[in-house]
Amino acid sequence: MTAELVDTRPQAQPEPLDLTRPRGARTAKNLLATVLVSAATLLALAPLVWILYSVITRGIRVVLNSNWWLQSQRGITPLMEGGGAYAAIVGTVEIALICTAIAVPLGVLGAIYLVEYARGTKIARVISFAVDILTGIPSIVAALFIFAFLITLLGLGRSAVAASFALVLLMLPTVLRSTEEMLKLVPDSLREASYALGVPKWKTIVKVVIPTALSGIVTGVLLGIARVMGETAPLLILVSYAMGINFNPGSGVMASLPTMINSLRDQPPGLPGFDRAWGAALTLILIVIALNLIGRGISRFSKLKEK
Amino acid sequence: MGRFGDRLFRGASLGASLVIIAIVVFVGVFLLWMAIPSLAADQVNFLTSREWQVGDSGNLRFGIAGLLWTTVLSSVVAMLIAVPISVGVALFITQYAPRRLAGPLAFVVNLLAAVPSIVFGLWGIIELAPRMQPISSFLEDSLGWIPLFRSGVSAGGTVLVASVVLAIMIIPIVTAISKDVFEQTPADQLEAALALGATRWEKIRMTVLPYGRSGVISASMLGLGRALGETIAVMIILSMPAPGDPFNPSVLAGGETFASKIANNAQEFDTPEKTGAYIAAGLVLFVVTFCVNAVARLIADRGRANP
Repeated sequence: MTAELVDTRPQAQPEPLDLTRPRGARTAKNLLATVLVSAATLLALAPLVWILYSVITRGIRVVLNSNWWLQSQRGITPLMEGGGAYAAIVGTVEIALICTAIAVPLGVLGAIYLVEYARGTKIARVISFAVDILTGIPSIVAALFIFAFLITLLGLGRSAVAASFALVLLMLPTVLRSTEEMLKLVPDSLREASYALGVPKWKTIVKVVIPTALSGIVTGVLLGIARVMGETAPLLILVSYAMGINFNPGSGVMASLPTMINSLRDQPPGLPGFDRAWGAALTLILIVIALNLIGRGISRFSKLKEK
Repeated sequence: MGRFGDRLFRGASLGASLVIIAIVVFVGVFLLWMAIPSLAADQVNFLTSREWQVGDSGNLRFGIAGLLWTTVLSSVVAMLIAVPISVGVALFITQYAPRRLAGPLAFVVNLLAAVPSIVFGLWGIIELAPRMQPISSFLEDSLGWIPLFRSGVSAGGTVLVASVVLAIMIIPIVTAISKDVFEQTPADQLEAALALGATRWEKIRMTVLPYGRSGVISASMLGLGRALGETIAVMIILSMPAPGDPFNPSVLAGGETFASKIANNAQEFDTPEKTGAYIAAGLVLFVVTFCVNAVARLIADRGRANP
């Protein structure tokens, strides 16, 4: 169909493309582009399939054992079968919860200030700039900062709380930016309707703006948690790895899934300990993907659509 | 109550914003403050030396030349691999895939971002590295006379393998942003191209690519920023050169990046002098990633101003 259009076109040529060249060369180029673009897509999906395949095939046997979810690694050497990731799962969840409890109020309140109070002012630009800097902070630098401050300078010990602080620096910008985006999508007419009824501003924000944006905010928070759960460097530096369970985040070493993988990855392949590294990887991926799916599921029911 | 609630709410959200600014300022100032004494005590040129001897606090000798080279090399190679693939995927999703397929495809590519980096590292060294051996040997045999492809470590932990893994890790972010800008190509431009009789590829070349160029560049820079700071995957994959090994600039050699150097030596942060040396390295990483992110943002803003 397009070919007919070309053949009947007048001869004057707009740059940059010569659309009157022989049909064959143009079709060939078009075909080549289609092939390359499709190949790129396959190439991008291949690693995902490959990674999921290796993690599932290597980790599934370990994970399907019910002890995996109920026991810790206490007293179990990499040479022995048995034990589980219970301590690591508890640690990962505990650290993620502490981090969330700090990052979410700060991030959401910051976003509220940016959108509802300071839109377009100088201080908004300063806050935005600060958040941009935080966004670019590599996780190892965040970990190094917390280490130097809490442990080298203040002399506190390594603990799960210290690791959570480092993760807060990484989660805060994610939460703030996604909340900001959602608040911006709330139509001004909603706010104005509320003001017209005599509702004070704070009540408008709490009862009208936030509920409208809530599903989007929750999605952002879940994605932030998922991202932070997989971070390894801060945990490695700030809590290390423990085989047994430690419920106290305030002091002492604590197990977590990333550091569990890290402690077992150097075992020679074939040892039960090495298999458990892949089991822990599968467990971590399952948790993170579940959070992603829940997040996207919630955003599907959102009252606000980006486009 | 209305008035009081307003003041309270405004105060709380302003407070949160100020806390965020304070955190960022404090992180920057504190890291500098910790790094300066060690930098002053450094016996070699911090920027040009490759030495790293921080054990004796009376005779600190540390420089970042080697770290900078490996960090930049691995990230740039990763970008060279990831950007063409990401642009291809973004084009496929926006211009080729049927609508029913586009959404799920974007989601699946996004899942790649959900894989924790330690899992990328584990997979990279155990699964990918052995299978990249033939490619490495081929490069070494045919291009070995170029220093960049000089023979390096024989085991899998080369910069090249690390770059491929980094590329996989940044594909989702570059794809997502490119997809967003491609989607916003003005419909009248697309229609004009089709009315001229352009093939699908010509339509893309005349409208989508010029329109999305600044977006793609800024997406690539954000991906680069992510790759520069990536810690655990790189640390697991890269073979550490033995102390005193001659410098090998090749992608087929091992090496250490800023992030992997810091993470590898977490056990060493026992005195302020030693810690200061690692913080100085971390600061350089921080500054480099900040500059890269700032350039990305500048390009994105300029692109938005005059499309």
